[in-house]
Amino acid sequence: MRTYEVVYIVKPDVSEEDLDKLISQMESLITNNGGTIQKTEKWGRRRLAYVVRRQREGQYVITTMECEPPALREFERVLKVSEPVIKFQTVRIDEELKRLEKLRRRREKRGASKAAATPPTPSAPAPPAPPAPPAPPAPEQPNAT
Amino acid sequence: MTDQAQAKRPAKAAAASAGKKQYFRRRKICKFCVEKIDSINYKDTKLIGAFVAERGKIIPRRISGVCMPHQHRLAEAIKKARNIALLPFAAEL
Repeated sequence: MRTYEVVYIVKPDVSEEDLDKLISQMESLITNNGGTIQKTEKWGRRRLAYVVRRQREGQYVITTMECEPPALREFERVLKVSEPVIKFQTVRIDEELKRLEKLRRRREKRGASKAAATPPTPSAPAPPAPPAPPAPPAPEQPNAT
Repeated sequence: MTDQAQAKRPAKAAAASAGKKQYFRRRKICKFCVEKIDSINYKDTKLIGAFVAERGKIIPRRISGVCMPHQHRLAEAIKKARNIALLPFAAEL
């Protein structure tokens, strides 16, 4: 199961209800093929940076989903064929999410070990710290007593 | 890092007066490294757009001061943003 992020732009003259209908149609495409929709966001009307299919504005929809590649291919095919959608882009984000998660865990571990090694309050005596005390706390103790 | 910057600045002035074109720009810091921004999201036009020139071109690293890995990710994000019309490919001045 791969995680994808699809941003698609819908024509600005499409009504709110039609837009919602379209979104739920696309979502059911994924869920019917064994995928899960993690979130769907509507950015609303935005000015496009350049003219797309003779439109200067568009309604942006972004949806994050977890599914198999064939389901995504179907999703994109429907997007391509559907008339109100003027542009779409799919990004695969599972590797990126893994990398970010790894970074986050490493940062947490570093923060936790730092908190254990250097006692935050000077009044508290050094807890049974790991054998190598860093230089700054060592001179502190003789000054405190 | 900053000591190197101060040492480079008089060197830059000397080189400029010597007439050579190749000199070190002052060592600007990489904004992403300093602020520890993990992921450069292509949807964040405010962040990305700061590294795009007036005509829509990507600002080179030697001017923006971004480090190489971040510059690559930044360029990728800019290109993704251009694809969905969040940033222009070429903007009128």
